[in-house]
Parts: sequence; C-alpha cells; structure tokens
Amino acid sequence: MSKANQYDAIVVGGGHNGLINAAYLARAGLRVVVLERRHLVGGAAVTEEIFPGYKYSVASYVVSLLRPSIIRDLELVKHGLTILPLESTITPLPGGDYLGRWADHDQTRRELYRHSARDADAYEDFGTLMFQLARAVKPLLGVVPPNVASPGLRDLRTLLSLGKHGRSLSRQEVHALFKLMTMSAADFLDEWFECDPLKATMSASGIIGTFLGPRSPGTAYVLLHHYIGEIDGVFRAWGFAKGGNGMVSEAIASSARSRGAEIRTNAGVESVLAKNGRVQGVVLEGGDTLTAPTIVSGVDPKRTFLQLLDPGELPEDLTASIRRFRIRGSSGKVNLALGELPEFSCLPGRGAHHRGAFSISPSVNYLERAYDDAKYGGFSRKPYMDILIPSAIDPGMAPPGRHVMSIFVQYAPFDIEGGWDDAKRDAFGDAVVDTLSEYVPNLRDAILHRQVLTPLDMQEEMGLTEGNIFHGELSLQQLFFFRPAPAWSDYRTPIRGFYQCGSGTHPGGGVCGAPGRLAAREILKDLYK
Amino acid sequence: MPPVKVLRGTPFHERTAPICQTEQWRRWAGYLAAASYEPSHEREYHAIRSAAALIDVSPLYKYRISGTDAAALMNRVVTRNVERQEVGQVYYAPWCDSAGKVRDDGTLQRLGESDFRLTSAAPTLKWLHDSAGGLDVELEEESEALGALALQGPLSRTILQQIADGDVDGLRYFGVMTAKAGGVPVTISRTGYTGDLGYEIWVDAGDAIALWDALVDAGTPFGLAPAGLIALDMARVEAGLLLVDVDYIPAHRAVIEAQKSSPYELGLGWAVALNGSNYTGRAALRAEASSPSEWRFRGITVSWDSLEQLYSVVHLPPQLPAAVLRESVPIYSGSRQVGYATSRGWSPTLKRYLGLAHLQADFAEPGAELEIEVTVEHRRQRARATVAKTPFFDPSRKRSAAGAPTEKKRR
Repeated sequence: MSKANQYDAIVVGGGHNGLINAAYLARAGLRVVVLERRHLVGGAAVTEEIFPGYKYSVASYVVSLLRPSIIRDLELVKHGLTILPLESTITPLPGGDYLGRWADHDQTRRELYRHSARDADAYEDFGTLMFQLARAVKPLLGVVPPNVASPGLRDLRTLLSLGKHGRSLSRQEVHALFKLMTMSAADFLDEWFECDPLKATMSASGIIGTFLGPRSPGTAYVLLHHYIGEIDGVFRAWGFAKGGNGMVSEAIASSARSRGAEIRTNAGVESVLAKNGRVQGVVLEGGDTLTAPTIVSGVDPKRTFLQLLDPGELPEDLTASIRRFRIRGSSGKVNLALGELPEFSCLPGRGAHHRGAFSISPSVNYLERAYDDAKYGGFSRKPYMDILIPSAIDPGMAPPGRHVMSIFVQYAPFDIEGGWDDAKRDAFGDAVVDTLSEYVPNLRDAILHRQVLTPLDMQEEMGLTEGNIFHGELSLQQLFFFRPAPAWSDYRTPIRGFYQCGSGTHPGGGVCGAPGRLAAREILKDLYK
Repeated sequence: MPPVKVLRGTPFHERTAPICQTEQWRRWAGYLAAASYEPSHEREYHAIRSAAALIDVSPLYKYRISGTDAAALMNRVVTRNVERQEVGQVYYAPWCDSAGKVRDDGTLQRLGESDFRLTSAAPTLKWLHDSAGGLDVELEEESEALGALALQGPLSRTILQQIADGDVDGLRYFGVMTAKAGGVPVTISRTGYTGDLGYEIWVDAGDAIALWDALVDAGTPFGLAPAGLIALDMARVEAGLLLVDVDYIPAHRAVIEAQKSSPYELGLGWAVALNGSNYTGRAALRAEASSPSEWRFRGITVSWDSLEQLYSVVHLPPQLPAAVLRESVPIYSGSRQVGYATSRGWSPTLKRYLGLAHLQADFAEPGAELEIEVTVEHRRQRARATVAKTPFFDPSRKRSAAGAPTEKKRR
C-alpha cells in the first residue's frame, strides 16, 4: 500500500461534525483525511446553485446552536463565517392578520399586547424561565455523557460536577425542568399563554425533526433546545450564515485544511475494516483502501453500526439498540427561485419582516392536523412551514431584484404510503405552494424554479437515514447517555480506534458542532494517555 | 410599506415633541420619554426644587382593580395591610414572590371601598390574574387608556389650585381625589418621585392635551417648566427613591438568586406588614424579620476632600457626573468589598456627591466610613464615602398642609 493512503485518522463523512472533528484532530498534529461521498462538503449544510444564479441552502438553513467555543477555536470568522441576524418571526393568520415577534423587546410586547394583554406579560416571564432553564441544561452540552450503568472514575467526576450544578437550581427551576421533560409542548405552553397562534408558533420548535405532534408528550423538551441557542443569541450565534449554510461547512473545511487536514470529495466509503476488535481502515466505493489506527464516523448511527461495519464485529445488544434507535424522517424542504419579492397579504409591501422568518402555524390544531395526515402515512395537506427569504437577508443569494425562498416543511413521513416517487414529490411540492399561496398571493407567478426534497431524497442525496435531519429524534430516551445507545454515548465504540462524531451522538442535532468537538477530545485523550 | 412604528408617543406627545429641543428621547416601557427638553437639564432640575416642573409619567403601568373582592386581592399582593387603607388614601408598597423577594414597587390608590388603581414600573397584569384565583374582581389594564403628569415642586399646589375645582388644599400627603382640572375629569394624587411637594394627575388619554394646556397656561407665570427624565433621576436619588432595574432587579426577572432582594434589603421594611393581611411572601418576610438578612440599602455621600485629593494628583479639579450614573461600582471597607453603589450623582441642591448603595449590615450604620471606587483620569481609585440615611433631601413642604408655615418661618 502506498504511503499516501496511510493516515493517523480518517473521518468518514464531510458534514459539519466530521469537518470539525478533523479540524481539531489536525490541530493536535494528526495526519487526517476527511472522506466525503458527494462533490462538496457539508452534508446537509450545503449551499448549491441548482438553478443558475440562485443559491439554495439546500437542506439546513439557519445557524442556532453552533458552539461559540468552536467558532473561536477554529477561527471560523477568519475562514469566512459571517452570521447575519434574523430579526423577526411572523405568523400569518387566516383572515389577513398576523402575529409578530421581533428582535426588539418593546416591539414584541406591543405586538403581543394587540393579541392578548396577559400573554404580553407572560411572554417576558416565560422568557426568563426558559433562559434560566437553558442555563441549567447548557452545561450538559459541553460534557461527555457519563456511563451511569458502570461508572468509572471520570464518569463519577462528571456526575458529581453535574450534581453540584443541579443543586444550584431553584425548586421552581427543577419543577419546570421536570415538566419540560415529560409534557407536550402544547400542554406546557397552555400553562402560560392563551393566544393560539403564539402557542402554535412556539410549539412548532418542539416538533421540528421529530415524528411527533405538538400534543405528543416529550415535545416540550425540544422547545428548550431552541432557547439554548438563544442564550448565545446575545452574541449573535443565532442567525443566517452569509452565503447560506454551506458557508458554515466551507469555513470549517477551510479551517481544517489550514491546520493540515486533507479533504477528499467524491470519495464515498463502502465499509470500515476491523479485525480482532481493532479498526484497520476503510474501503472506498471505487475499491481503494485507506488505513489509519483511528477512524471516526460522522454519519448517522444506523449507517455507522449497521452498514459501515460487519455486524459480526459488534456485540448484539448494541446492534439491537441501534436497530431500535428512532430516526424517522418527518420533514421535507422546498427551495424556490423567485422573479420578485414575495408579498405577504398580512404585511403588504417590502419591509423589515422580509429579513426574518415566517411560520405557517396559525393554531395548535392546525399543527396537530398536519401531524394527523402524517401519522396515517400521508404528507400534510396543510403543512407547518418555517420560511426564510435568504436573498432578503443576504442579497448575494440571488441576482439583483430576484429572490430565493427556503421552506422547511413538516410533516413529510419517510414511510409514506406506497413509497415516495416523482408524482408524490410533485404533489408534496404543490401542497406547499398551494398552502403558502393563501398567504402570499404573488408567490405562484413569481416561481422560476422549484426544488423539492422529500425525506427519501435527503437519505439518497445526503445520506441521512430515513431523511431524519437530526441523525435520530431528539426525544428523551435518545438523549444524553442514551445517545445513540446506552454505554456507547462517549463517542467510542466496541471496536478499538473506531469513534462516532455525528449528530446521532450527544448533544445531538442542529448545526451545533459539539459532537465533533467532544469526540475529538476523547480521541486525543485515548491517543495520549 | 411604512416601517412599523415601534415606540409610541404618550398621550402628551403632541405637546412634548415640539418643545423637545434636544430630540433626545429615552425608551420607557415602549414609549418615548424626553431625556431633557432643553440642551441642559439643569433648569428642569431646578424647576423641580424651586418652582414647579411638569413631567410626563404616562409610561407607568396602571391597573384598575374593582369588584367585591378588590381589597382582598390587594391584600394578597402588596406587603401592606390594605384593610387599614382609607378611601382617598394612597399606599406606596412593594410586592413580592412567595420567597419574599421584591417583584416590583408602586403606588396603590384606594378610589372606593372596592376600587383601586395600582401603578407599577413593570407589567403586572399576569401577576394580578394569577393572584386573583377564586376572588370576585375585575382587572382592567389602564396603561394605554390613561395619561399621567407629575406636577412637582414647591409651587405645584399653587398652580394646581388655578385649574382644579376640587379641594386641592385639603389633599393630604399620599391622598387621592377626583376633580376636574382644565375642564376635564382627572384623578389627583399627592404623590411623586421627587421627594418634594407634588402631585400626579391621571387623565383619560383623550383629555390629555386639554390638561397639559391648562397646566402650562396656569403654571408658566409661576415658573413651571416641563422636565425630562435626567432631571427627575437626580431628584429621586436625593429623595432616596428606588429605581427598578437600576437599584434592584425584579425577582421574576432575576436569573440567579443573588440578584433578588427582599423589601428589608431595599430599605422598605417600613412598608412590610407582618400581621393583618396575608399576602404572597409574608411567611418568608416573617422569617426574615426575626433573622435579618445581611444586606441593607443606604445612602452614601462621597467625600469632597477625598475626591479633590485624588484629582489634585493629576492637576485637575474634581470632575463630577452631570447626570445620575447607573453603573454599579464597588464599595470597600479596607481591603474588603462590602457593597456596591447602584445610583450616584452630584446634587445641585445639596452640593454633595450622593449615591444609593447596597451594603452589608456590619458596614451599613449611618456615619460608617467606607471607600467607593472612582475612576480618575482612566485609573481606578478609591474615595472616602460615608453611610447616610435617606432621604438626603426632605423638605417639610412635602408633607405639610396648605398654609403651614414655610421652612424659613419655622426656623
């Protein structure tokens, strides 16, 4: 074998976590290669000019949880990362009104007051509570989940420090935390608010990426993930990456390269080789073999344990856990190239609201009905949508005067009845455009190009099993020391030298980067102990 | 599309906007409030202390509480015994969470047996709703429907007499009455945020301009001046009055326990009734009354000599803050930090550098000598400071009845 194919570490998959992992390993002096199946890096965080002149953040479209320490450590600003603020969330309502939440406190209060004087008050208190709880939970994001079944010294230390932190929480905080862990988003919000569109729009952040409805227990916790991003929101870590979310990936890749990492695109990995419980190397789709004593998988747990490796190399309880790991895709994405600025009938004309988000979530019942469609095997006829007009935030996304629109759509089940095909994809895209046209009258005529991604497309094109955007649902039984499987939540695997660093590991999905960074830390610990 | 207008003018904006020469507006509860109308706020400040000033305080939150159980609800909320409050009387009171930590403070007007108006610095509607379980009350948010003007200063009574038809002379300190002023119905309370003789006048938003015009017409010959928030801020420090978010953080907005304060820790122990009513937080306050907290809220005066000495080193006369400084600065006893000042500024009336400070009990006795951090030409120094009782400025006219001897005569 040529020396060129021998590395200190190989990272499988060039998504943001794989790239971050590689950047940290390279920074520590390792000879690292990242292997990406597609022609560009980024995984689900890519910007592509599918229709000439118009840039789509194809799948992932906002930055919310990207750890500030990663931005600093990897000098991502120097490598091209600029995060632009998203200044508002507008929920258009049937009948021509809307509910708006703005960056400015007074403006939001005044707007909420228009809908409910009580909710305007409650919103501030709720914000304080969520800030406190996010502060309470945030330390979990920065630690390697301890093994609670058979704790070692390090696990005990982690537990002790978390316990100390837990004791600093007030009784009310602990109480609220338990509620968040067990309740549905809708029930939890019912305790605070009376305004239906407000509850619906807030509960929507509890269902994103899960195959659950706003009234399903457990969804309240996902609300909190949203607020964790907002703590750092003070530092503007929440927003739109200039150039689209692909620029996050490009900045990380550039940082990794500057530290000596090699990045190979069009280099899909067929399998990972292991022998006697030790990892050996990888076989590329073309048949080439690369070797390294350390191999890190940035792909999802199903692929990592059930496809890349020969299942015979793994203990049966682990493979059984991974088979049961819930990774049901529930969302799709529609990207539009538009000849003119979309005009919302609730806020006619051009305005600051175009630089924010739009949420099609007029009521909790609307969302729950959208879920009903999906529960029984169809896509939502009237889906929940989270919409941005990236070109209004960053004019570079489309030719002057033209626009692109990014539409996150839920629900679109992976297991749609009869399976996905071209006709169903078109029908799904039509449902999105039809529903949105009710609020944006000039939309249909403005469309120059339409890209529709179903969960199946996300699986086939981006390697997300079942099209799940988080590499596995963010439900309690799949978080922290259960992510992705009990006893294997510390980024290690039963195969020595084989590690995991994708969103399927703690602390999970979103463009967060913590899995990639924490995995690198564990790898380096093992190498230098 | 015209941009969404975020900040409102108050009901008096039509009048205040053209005279606001500085175009300097502060944000107050989503409203525009003049920082100062004239390029310097000094004349406005002196109007408060030597003639009369007209201050637009409409952004205050205002709630009307009525119904059979209105008094019962107020007794659940504020820390004073509302049963003893007479109709026509105003109570100043804080209100607390169940741990006895202050959520907010404000005035409570008793307009009838079962008719109250509560003013607050922060939104309180939800707290009132939450506290009203099982009670027969009606809660009305009046914040937008009512304008409010503070007429403050030694000549405020004289001016008000010109335009009001009620018994202004008979209105006691912390009394409230309804009347007509400038031909429009108003509520007049003998309250204010300046520690001086003064009134606050509450008026329907639609009648606001008529009231303003009548007051300005009647008051101008007496030296009435519209005053902005910079002038008001200095007056309230002289009066030793708290400002929410500056001198304390409301308990429900605090992120950590250490940010919360009890009424005792804010010098409001006098407004805490431990018997009689059973309001939220009473149990905790009873416990605190028997084993006092280690924090006190006090005045401090910064030593001129000490300041002069520090500045003489860099060949400058002492530099004084023109307006109240709101950044918290540490206070020391020897090498140990024993507190922090949350508001401080130069009092033009008293000719002293004053502050309001949170101090540990052992160092909070009036007269105790401490040191406060001051920045002298970019360098941190410590100036001597003395603990003082508040209010710093407390003229007898504040409380006295009409026709009572003036201070000069009494001396």
